Amino acid sequence: MNRSLKVTLGVGLGVSATLPLALLVLWSVAGRWYYPAALPTEWSLRAWQSVFAPTSQVWSALWGSVWVATVTAVLGTAIALPAARVLGLGQVKKRGRLSALLLAPLVLPSFASVMGIQVMFIRLGLADTRPGVVLAHLIPVVPYAVVLLSGVFGSYDTRLEVVARSLGANRWQVFWRVTLPVVMPGVLVSVLFAFLVSWSEYLLTLIVGGGQVLTLPLLLFSAVQGGDYAITGALSLLYIAPTLLVFALIAPRVQGWRT
Amino acid sequence: MWRVLSFVPALLVTGLLFGGGLLLGGLQSLGYAPALGQDTLNVDAYRQLFADRGFWASLGLTAWVATASTLLAAVFGTAFALLLHRAGAGGRLRFLFGLTLPIPHLVASILTLLLLSQSGLLSRFTLAAGLTAGPQDFPALLYDRRGMGIVLELIWKETPFIGLNVLAALTQLDPRLNEVARTLGAGPWIRFLRVTLPLIRPALLSSGVLVFAFSLSSFEVPALLGATSPTTLPVLAYRAFTDTDLTARASALAISMVVAALGGALVWAYVRAQGGRGG
Repeated sequence: MNRSLKVTLGVGLGVSATLPLALLVLWSVAGRWYYPAALPTEWSLRAWQSVFAPTSQVWSALWGSVWVATVTAVLGTAIALPAARVLGLGQVKKRGRLSALLLAPLVLPSFASVMGIQVMFIRLGLADTRPGVVLAHLIPVVPYAVVLLSGVFGSYDTRLEVVARSLGANRWQVFWRVTLPVVMPGVLVSVLFAFLVSWSEYLLTLIVGGGQVLTLPLLLFSAVQGGDYAITGALSLLYIAPTLLVFALIAPRVQGWRT
Repeated sequence: MWRVLSFVPALLVTGLLFGGGLLLGGLQSLGYAPALGQDTLNVDAYRQLFADRGFWASLGLTAWVATASTLLAAVFGTAFALLLHRAGAGGRLRFLFGLTLPIPHLVASILTLLLLSQSGLLSRFTLAAGLTAGPQDFPALLYDRRGMGIVLELIWKETPFIGLNVLAALTQLDPRLNEVARTLGAGPWIRFLRVTLPLIRPALLSSGVLVFAFSLSSFEVPALLGATSPTTLPVLAYRAFTDTDLTARASALAISMVVAALGGALVWAYVRAQGGRGG
């Protein structure tokens, strides 16, 4: 009974997970696939060739995505770390209110705030630039990192630091030699997670980047709207490959996943 | 002192960047635009908005889409969590169940499009099976006035999110509670309603609130799968924001503030409900 339920669920979930990916693969190599054919009637590598052509915009979009997501992930985690430590160790009064304030962007629409701050970004020369886009991405990324990292510090033993200090280590030495190595696994998960949140972001990039900062989702969005489904399929696969890979790496540690 | 300083970087982001952005947005929705020589506040943008039937249609659609997808994702998520829990929920099953989580909504919308449009894969299959006579025969799930495509995409993406949260609560549940209820003569339904549901309720509610809030402000999904009119509030706001007429900015920000107010009201209600139960 348990066994057959397990098999049924496994097959069902397996199909529902692989079918969409198969559909993207099929489209990416379809030369002709008109209604009502259930499979492409002609195969072609045109989409992949044009995606990887030296003149393709994909290269600058890929670089844009990697740049923005990497900087956002590292910066976001570094910003969240000290706050998460104090929250996770329960060292503050009014903890509820502070975390409500820090976590507000998880439930309130970030685009409303970014539309509001865009005027300042223009004045500060941050509009249409990658650093500007990173700042916008930090809004949804920092709260996630705070949540993830406070969990990490929930099981952290501060006596390690006391020992290190009593042995004469200064604040920086304690941080680099004791704190960071102990929480490193959690920090890495936070960095990867933050990377994916930023990697998946479309609207904030569009508002701040004004179309000047090109990332993969921007390219993908215009490919769908242009109706070229072969290119759409190839670009989609390229776009989700790292997200699936990272998920496979950190799946056991992630529960509240949002993209 | 050191503890207070620890919060400064994070507060700069959520307080100054996010909070400041909302505040500036609120001011701009009230017509504050020094660059255009406008520095007196007025509620013209809101007055125009509330007099516009298109706005109310968008508001209705947004509320319907968020409510329907959250409720259905909660029902399916709970059902899957119960099934997975019963099956022993090994890591591999959980992994397969969670595989839609890392797929960005943009790609999930594309998949919905390729699968469910009138000339999509499913429509080709129903034709081959003799169920439909052509694309026009296949139900128009996308670009429709009720946002069926948007709702379906959101359910597909959010069911595992709610499901995994509920599953985590289920695994912490003491199995003896159900045994006791059984020996007292409770059937499966009574056991679910009286024993299991109260215990998974916190997980269900908190993940439901996140899904609802996300659905309210989602952009890519309605932009790709929804009708041009009515469209959801975030799409409407973005259109006004990028309007070449700069005075449309006040309207864009007024719409954004309405979305933020809806999200804020939801969270406030949630926190109050939590407080009321003493938890």
